[in-house]
Amino acid sequence: MAGLRNRNISVSEASRPIMPRHAKLKFDEVRQRWVILAPERVLAPDDTAVEILQLCDGVRSVEQMIDQLAAKYSAERGAIGADVIAMLQDLADKGFLTEAREKAS
Amino acid sequence: MSPTLTDASPVATDPSDGLAIMEQRGSRAETYGIPLAVLAELTHRCPLQCPYCSNPVELERGGSELTTEEWKKVLTELAEIGVLQIHFSGGEPTARKDLVELVQHASDVGLYSNLITSAVLLTREKLKALADAGLCHVQISFQGNEPVVANRVAGLKNSHEKKIEAARWTRELDLPLTVNAVMHRQNLHQLSDIIQMAVDLDADRLEVANVQYYGWALKNRAALMPTLEQIEQTSRIVEEAGVRLKGILAIDYVVPDYYALRPKKCMGGWGRQFFNISPSGKILPCHAAETITGLEFLSVRSNHSIAWIWQNSEAFNRYRGTGWMPEPCRSCEFKEVDFGGCRCQAFALTGDAGNTDPACTLSPMHEQIFKMAESEAAADHSRFIYRNFAGGTLEPDDNDGA
Repeated sequence: MAGLRNRNISVSEASRPIMPRHAKLKFDEVRQRWVILAPERVLAPDDTAVEILQLCDGVRSVEQMIDQLAAKYSAERGAIGADVIAMLQDLADKGFLTEAREKAS
Repeated sequence: MSPTLTDASPVATDPSDGLAIMEQRGSRAETYGIPLAVLAELTHRCPLQCPYCSNPVELERGGSELTTEEWKKVLTELAEIGVLQIHFSGGEPTARKDLVELVQHASDVGLYSNLITSAVLLTREKLKALADAGLCHVQISFQGNEPVVANRVAGLKNSHEKKIEAARWTRELDLPLTVNAVMHRQNLHQLSDIIQMAVDLDADRLEVANVQYYGWALKNRAALMPTLEQIEQTSRIVEEAGVRLKGILAIDYVVPDYYALRPKKCMGGWGRQFFNISPSGKILPCHAAETITGLEFLSVRSNHSIAWIWQNSEAFNRYRGTGWMPEPCRSCEFKEVDFGGCRCQAFALTGDAGNTDPACTLSPMHEQIFKMAESEAAADHSRFIYRNFAGGTLEPDDNDGA
């Protein structure tokens, strides 16, 4: 059983999260709301989750995201940093975020 | 923090049923309560002959199938009315030569696409072309964890080996993989090995689905029905694996009706959050709905829109909601929890689709079907009737005891 790969990443400020191929963030025009599409599931993220997911491009680090959000909302970095990491970890644990990685061809 | 995600309805069973969250704000989808996901059965043709096939016993011939242009029009219409996900299924969907074109069209109109396949017709090139066309997810069915049992159940030589190969290609191409394992008396002893196989194949998800007894499976019930001991052991194995493989493999478990106490909320309720489209374009409340005689199902080839058929057709409204229910459902506190269970099963076992599903302990027939399941499992009749266009072929006598 050696070498089992846990799919769920551990989010830190150094992480560069991105949505995996099977999870898609999409604006549903008919219902006028954001949805996450995943195998056998459709989820309805709230506005905060949508804003954070849109920053997850696999290039930007969590540290940069927190800086960006703190500047945008003129909020204290420490206060929102913990919230952002907690939310990203929640999304990762549900399988909607992964770490950007080199693709094996 | 408040919950950041709300589960807005899986395709199959759905304990939380957050559908209402998706149907707010006066959209067209709200008006019609349009499902989030639709199953497109592109063809009934299939190289496999599984005795529990979910297709109707009266299979639709290749000549009656919707054309490429008709399917594309259907996909466009589905996206416009608010469907978000399309499951390409069959028969064997890869038997359609235009599958890549249909997946590309689904991507073009913004549908999330899933391929539900036996995988035996796939090549690496074909899978690559499907991935390039935007396919989001692949589900491969397995009949066992090794070729002897698996190829016998599938009624096709070398099928298991081909599936393993295709599953590897799926992961090499970085497509997410679900392993679907249909379980019954003659392969439940392999469950632990099937779970390990899914891990070894680097699957994201495993569906452990006990056979549901309609159509072909009903014909084969005596050969498929598990024993009560098997079911109890299965539940233990699934539970243990779920804990052990957390974060590695997600496991969905479909329990068998005949040994249940409460009926399943079949399809989330008739005409409530699901429909499928048959190869010839008929819009159906579930893939087994045509087993119920006396219902007329309208086609996308009719003069009506898909949304109109969903909302207004007689077949969809017959068992919608709770108004149609007789006793004991009518006064039951669970009537909006399970919507009376499964209409197809009620029809198959009682002769009337309007009766309470006998899977429910409150059905007068519950005790009888429980005993029937036990005695059929104990009799251990094991020859299959293989699924085919000829109405089925009995397995040779010397095939099964191997």
